[in-house]
Amino acid sequence: MSRHESVFAASNRVALATIVVKEIRRFTRIWVQTLLPPAITMTLYFVIFGNLVGRSISDMGGYSYMQFIVPGLIMMAVITNSYANVVSSFFGAKFQRSIEEMLVAPVPHATILAGFVLGGVARGLLVAVIVTLVSLFFTQLSLHNVFVMVYSVLITAILFSLGGFINAVFAKTFDDVSLVPTFILTPLTYLGGVFYSMDVLSPFWQSVSLLNPIVYMVNAFRYGVLGHSDVNVFLSLLVMTVFTAGAYVVAYRLLKSGTGMRE
Amino acid sequence: MTAALQLSGVSKTYKSGVRALDNLDLTVEPGDFFALLGPNGAGKSTTIGIVSSLVKKTHGSVSIFEFDLDKDLTEAKRQLGVVPQEFNFGQFEKVIDILATQGGYYGLPRKRAYDQAEKYLHQLGLWDKRNDQARLLSGGMKRRLMVARALVHEPRLLILDEPTAGVDIELRRSMWDYLTKLNQQGTTIILTTHYLEEAESLCRNIAIIDHGRVVENTSMRSLLSKLQQETFVLDLDKAIGTTPQLDSYAFKLASSQSLEVEIKRGQHLNEVFAMLSQQGIQVLSMRNKTNRLEELFVRLVEKNLNEGASA
Repeated sequence: MSRHESVFAASNRVALATIVVKEIRRFTRIWVQTLLPPAITMTLYFVIFGNLVGRSISDMGGYSYMQFIVPGLIMMAVITNSYANVVSSFFGAKFQRSIEEMLVAPVPHATILAGFVLGGVARGLLVAVIVTLVSLFFTQLSLHNVFVMVYSVLITAILFSLGGFINAVFAKTFDDVSLVPTFILTPLTYLGGVFYSMDVLSPFWQSVSLLNPIVYMVNAFRYGVLGHSDVNVFLSLLVMTVFTAGAYVVAYRLLKSGTGMRE
Repeated sequence: MTAALQLSGVSKTYKSGVRALDNLDLTVEPGDFFALLGPNGAGKSTTIGIVSSLVKKTHGSVSIFEFDLDKDLTEAKRQLGVVPQEFNFGQFEKVIDILATQGGYYGLPRKRAYDQAEKYLHQLGLWDKRNDQARLLSGGMKRRLMVARALVHEPRLLILDEPTAGVDIELRRSMWDYLTKLNQQGTTIILTTHYLEEAESLCRNIAIIDHGRVVENTSMRSLLSKLQQETFVLDLDKAIGTTPQLDSYAFKLASSQSLEVEIKRGQHLNEVFAMLSQQGIQVLSMRNKTNRLEELFVRLVEKNLNEGASA
């Protein structure tokens, strides 16, 4: 590596760390809006669905209903928080035009994208830890396959951070920021096997469910934790990886072309 | 010597069809204090947008010092600091964090970035506000924050797009002093402003653009020497009842106690004073009716408009 290249690489590392630190500082500064709500919401889910309703539900997939829904709820928190972090942060930066601070500086597009995505991943994982800790008040968790668990939660956080970024690039108003989470993300998550095993569905709806990528994420993570999955785990990991690669290509191209930022 | 900024044949047509820049050529030499003037919509902000890579040019080439924007964007960006017209920082961020973060984007390690932030917050008189959220600053402080942010990586070329808009006179003067000092230390400065007095007192060279084209590009001294006629307002010591006699001078009574006199090239104010004195009229004070650069600016833009209409 030439001296010029190594200076560039060092500068690039500093820029990446700067964006990530800024992103983490943003969501921790407003922790009441970002970290507290998922803890409260998930506690309610555990109390109502796991404890109160769950008592009258027989085992699901060979596990108590509470045990069954915990991995799905953790994944749900990761999905919504990774997405929300990047969509609100990047759109906010566009709205206040502070994104120009990065665009005029010698920060490569890949670094900008990685910085925002890592910020989303950081929030997603932090919320996952919070929700996991809350769940330990209600049930016991095991670790069936650490690799599958870590990979699935990480790649899911990356995928939905990229999704939030793409949403923010196209968003022109604050309404545009909430449209996708409300009308696409939430229905897909609720129908993604968080609260039920696919075994309870008719064969037709089982086939339809397989078109929902969140089914693969929830099941892969549940496999990592409990050792139970309704779908093939290898296929799940592959689907997640392919979707993430596709989302990265789209997000990078949008940023490089300056869509919604440079005319 | 390599130009600090070189624009060659730069054109920009927006998607709406508006042609903001039309084959624009512009050269700014290193160390210059350069004024880029033009009426609203002339293409100044588009030019700055292209140089700072926030706007995509349609044609042409741009280089900052020896670095071409198309071939060596990263290095070109390192040479440049931009103070935009509108506030574009995170309103909820702390003042010192805004500067240190900007330093980080330019690759300054955390400690160095905070040291640089401290240096420029002191210089711009914002150190006491370092832990305040940016939204809590006054308008003048926000302007200074943007100047400090643009300087944190110590660029060789600084572009300021109306840096003193909405700033009170005292702050404007202190900003002028600061920019002058910065320029004397070697930073090339390009300034756009609507305060022509500002451009006249600060800048050595000037370009006036209109309808996306350069209509004048010369030294300030040479431009001002083109002024064929100046209008002076003379404040008189007492009200006068009759119109004074001023042979060969065009004049009018602006009020009973002030007189507007046009002085053409080759005419002398001394003559006017002498004639008034002979008629028992004393002049208390005198000033230009409009800024000299303003007179030239209006004429150039009007001339360009007329040529455009007749073409």
